[in-house]
Amino acid sequence: MTSGAAMSVESQRSADDVARVEAVARRQRWQDFLFHKVTMVFSLLVLAALTGIIISLFINAWPAFQKFGVGFIWRVEWDIVNEEFGAAIAIVGTLLSASIALLIAVPLSFGIALFLTETCPTWLRRPLGTAVELLAAVPSIIYGMFGLFIFAPLFAEYGQPALQSTLGQMPLIAPLFGGAMNGIGILAAGIVLSFMVLPFIAAVMRDVFEIVPPILRESAYGLGCTTWEVVRRVVLPYTQKGVIGGVMLGLGRALGETMAVTFVIGNSQRLSASLFSPGTSIASTLANEFGEAADFHLSTLFALGFLLFVITFVVLALAKLLIVRTEKAKGV
Amino acid sequence: MMDIGNPSLYRRRKAVNAIGLTWSMAAMVLGLTVLLWILFVLFKNGLAALDWNMFTQSTPAPGSEGGGLLNAIVGSLMIVGFTVLVATPIGIFAGVYLAEYGDRSRTAEVTRFVTDIMLSAPSIVLGLFVYAVLVAQVKHFSGWAGSFALALIAVPVVVRTTENMLRLVPGSLREAAFALGAPRWKVATFVTLRAARSGVVTGLLLAIARISGETAPLLFTALNNQFFSTDMNQPMANLPVVIFQFAMSPYDNWIRLAWGGALLITLAVLVINIVARVFFREKVPS
Repeated sequence: MTSGAAMSVESQRSADDVARVEAVARRQRWQDFLFHKVTMVFSLLVLAALTGIIISLFINAWPAFQKFGVGFIWRVEWDIVNEEFGAAIAIVGTLLSASIALLIAVPLSFGIALFLTETCPTWLRRPLGTAVELLAAVPSIIYGMFGLFIFAPLFAEYGQPALQSTLGQMPLIAPLFGGAMNGIGILAAGIVLSFMVLPFIAAVMRDVFEIVPPILRESAYGLGCTTWEVVRRVVLPYTQKGVIGGVMLGLGRALGETMAVTFVIGNSQRLSASLFSPGTSIASTLANEFGEAADFHLSTLFALGFLLFVITFVVLALAKLLIVRTEKAKGV
Repeated sequence: MMDIGNPSLYRRRKAVNAIGLTWSMAAMVLGLTVLLWILFVLFKNGLAALDWNMFTQSTPAPGSEGGGLLNAIVGSLMIVGFTVLVATPIGIFAGVYLAEYGDRSRTAEVTRFVTDIMLSAPSIVLGLFVYAVLVAQVKHFSGWAGSFALALIAVPVVVRTTENMLRLVPGSLREAAFALGAPRWKVATFVTLRAARSGVVTGLLLAIARISGETAPLLFTALNNQFFSTDMNQPMANLPVVIFQFAMSPYDNWIRLAWGGALLITLAVLVINIVARVFFREKVPS
């Protein structure tokens, strides 16, 4: 009698337990569902920002695209008074200064990465590596000020005459190094940009060189390869895509850089054969003219911004794909 | 003696090796020289400009003597401060999503890709965007707009470091928590995120360092203000834009202040970077 009652109490209790556990489980499932969705919304914000940027730039640029069509890209004209605009001068300046920067920075950063991963004494590796990384963090406006106040005067006095008397005397490329030498211009902007992207590319290259499995390196050394041969035939082929990705990341930075360029490029809306002559880039045009622009002029500046965003987007997307592929190869 | 086969080939290989290694050494020396030169110039000119007035007076009128950078320093601190307040929760939650649910989800894959692009997107274009959606709508520049533009740069940095740091947390820790019956959100917040705390803080510090020196996005958003103001709804002075305008000006006094400001910003950025590194190294044994 008593045992039967106890049993029913017992079963009652276990039924309560089950109900309670189920309630907890339901609550937790609900909380997890909420957590999933909330965090997802936050990560979707990033997507929304990118879409918003592209759409809003395009909408604001629309009057310019409507008037000039696709031809806006290669029109060589920038006449604010008569409202005749074309992006060619700024695009050429952007591409030229960024290419010069990479032409100088890539071989140097390759050398630095090689030094840091192969020949550097172990005790120096960390401090030098950290120094390179810290320099990559120096704000770009500092490079701009350095370019304007220190580099440009020296470049006008020593660099440009030296270039003109050597490269400027060679056939075909002579016009590139002609004209007035006042230290400011597309070449100067390219060189200052190269200082800026140098630590950045070097840091990325060093990182990808370090993912080469030691066994590959050691096998090559064991076969009697010289350090150069190990780097050239083992490390580089293995990390090829990552290296290209790093270079393109640097290119993306150089293309979109405003401050390091604006100080030294000269900000002139003219196209000239000489790299010594002042020019302009998309970013520096924006920085200089946006404050005083109104109406249609404003819309052409948005069109420039849109083009810059599209160019860097493509470059960065390619860089990203290449780096991802190298990282996948790491798992082999 | 050892047979070295073809001696001329051997010599050539050694020569090529020597050239390659000399190049790499020269590149390192050249790179460091240029970069140290920049820092040297910065410190020389910056220290010469540094005085007490810099921290107690606001920016001087064109052509006048004296003055300081007080309004710009306060403005920068406020703009960056609000950016961090906004970017921290967004960045951390998005990072948690990528680490927790990001393995098989298409959304997460796209988000990760876009975040990486936003990490190096041209910052001046972000300024244009904020101008279009905020400044042009309310018809005046403001500190808020500046914070908004900087947040667009800071959020991707926080997202990516948070995700990477969460992924470093050992799986056994999460599994143990799951085995005890903890729901996913508790595991993610009270176990994984807590274990990765110092890494996440490092990411925040790096984001602060990254945005403190950004000039381009503030040009069309916060603009500048010659006077002391703590109203985020008005145009606001900030160090980067002041440096830009002063350095490009013909006045010696302004150029002097620009160097002083440049030194302050660089010191801040470098100190934050070093602190982040030390902090990270101490808390997370690699």
